[in-house]
Amino acid sequence: MKWVWSAIALLLGRGRRAPARVDRQRLIVEQPPSRRGENVVLVLLGLATLSFAAFVAVYALDRLPAQTQLFGITLGLGFAFAAAACIVTSRLLVPVEEISDPYANEPHEEAVAEIEQLVEESGSRLTRKRLLTVAALGTGGAMGAALLAPVASLGPVVGPDALRRDGWRRGMLLVDSEGRPLSADGVEPGTFYTAFPAGASHDELWAPLVVVRVTDTLELPEGRDPQRWAPEGIVAYSKICTHAGCAIALYRSPLNEETSMKPALVCPCHYSTFDPARGAKVLFGPAGRPLPQLPLQIDDRRRLRAGGHFSGNVGPSWSGVRRGRA
Amino acid sequence: MVRVALVVVAALTLAAGASAANGRDLYFANCVWCHGDRLQGVPASGPSLQGAGALAADFYLRTGYMPLRSPRQKPTRRPPHFTEPELRALISFVAAHGGPPVPRVHPERGNLAAGLELFTEHCAGCHQMAGAGGIVTGTSVPSLRSATATQVAQAVRIGPYLMPRFGEQAITPRQLDSLVRYVLYTDHPRNRGGWAIGDLGPFPEGIVAWLVAGIALLALARVIGEGLER
Repeated sequence: MKWVWSAIALLLGRGRRAPARVDRQRLIVEQPPSRRGENVVLVLLGLATLSFAAFVAVYALDRLPAQTQLFGITLGLGFAFAAAACIVTSRLLVPVEEISDPYANEPHEEAVAEIEQLVEESGSRLTRKRLLTVAALGTGGAMGAALLAPVASLGPVVGPDALRRDGWRRGMLLVDSEGRPLSADGVEPGTFYTAFPAGASHDELWAPLVVVRVTDTLELPEGRDPQRWAPEGIVAYSKICTHAGCAIALYRSPLNEETSMKPALVCPCHYSTFDPARGAKVLFGPAGRPLPQLPLQIDDRRRLRAGGHFSGNVGPSWSGVRRGRA
Repeated sequence: MVRVALVVVAALTLAAGASAANGRDLYFANCVWCHGDRLQGVPASGPSLQGAGALAADFYLRTGYMPLRSPRQKPTRRPPHFTEPELRALISFVAAHGGPPVPRVHPERGNLAAGLELFTEHCAGCHQMAGAGGIVTGTSVPSLRSATATQVAQAVRIGPYLMPRFGEQAITPRQLDSLVRYVLYTDHPRNRGGWAIGDLGPFPEGIVAWLVAGIALLALARVIGEGLER
């Protein structure tokens, strides 16, 4: 912000430069300054700036009805006004003439000077150059702000610490999205459940789980005791894909496995496919490592509870994952 | 008068008997190869239909998913293979071997916004937000455009082919009403932006923007430039 102000101050405070080469004969026929044209351009630039500012305002408010349409209208009007200002400038204020010359190999002192003079004289109809420059810069700034504002929608900045965090503790209750505890008897085969830690934020990367009951033979990786990691065949994995961090929202669940395919957890973004019976081993797709698994316990009221920490880092893979435990 | 009534009752009884027999005949003519002579299923061909009930029979036969030509063929939506009386006979034959009835849904009692949220959580990963269908590793996912309210409810409870099934604990009957209401809404969604371009999302919209609007803008720039030269 302070840069914008200093730029404006610099432009407005700059002294008038003495016109150079006044003695020279004009190359372009002198035309009277067009006060009207300048006013039109100023108004158009102002409208463009307002439209871009309105886009940023709609984005920041984020609660208006028909928001998408307002985005389109404000951005579209902004560009239309800016374009109209350019058109009016070129038609009313700057003389346009096409001159063609054979291309000279050597840089020609005289020709260079002539072009400089041409450029200078073509702006001679403008009486309020600085005001116009400030208006154009304002429009450019507002346009830039409108184009950059949606970057905020890319989400929070996720540092490596968020990827290493694991809030699950032994004995933590598993609940569904509405806070109801997940019962071991309620976990039916052929379907999948999304679970969260009771009493903790659902928005943390480590929080969401996908829970399924495996009916096939379990083949968990070595060192994972089925009693501790898959009590009664119920397994829980992180719902965040290890490839790009999307939610594992698909469960391929064959009605008749003999004639179709094995059950699998699938990420809808790039179709990484994981085998729930074998510790979420990658069957297909770009994911480079299995989903981290969470050990489970069933308490005396048959509710599911966490049995400890994840088997590895949650979330998308990054270079540090290979070096650390994963 | 009494005689007429007797004749009508007799005819109705006969018709009912004929329908059951008809269902059995149809089953043996079309289904027995994969599902077995006692509906017990045939290894490596078809699953057991004992306990499938009218819920599954009605769904598979009315969507044309069954009968399949070969057990490894992927079921695709087709017009029903049987006529309406044949369908009814076959469904009651399968239903007689036990199982849940056809679910009753009341989409008019559901809440559209709640349905949208349920659909996002459970269905949109495969069927896409507008129910237009998509792909999952190993198969394509059908569009929900031609599905009736009952068929959507049946699919949720059965989990046909590679779809997971959702019991009443995962999706309560009340929630199912909302979900079905949303699916029906996607047949004629209110597109405030105008042209929906097949409801396929931002990718085709981007292509249209670049190809149509981009070329139009180029032409406009040319017109403005030529206007200046004159």
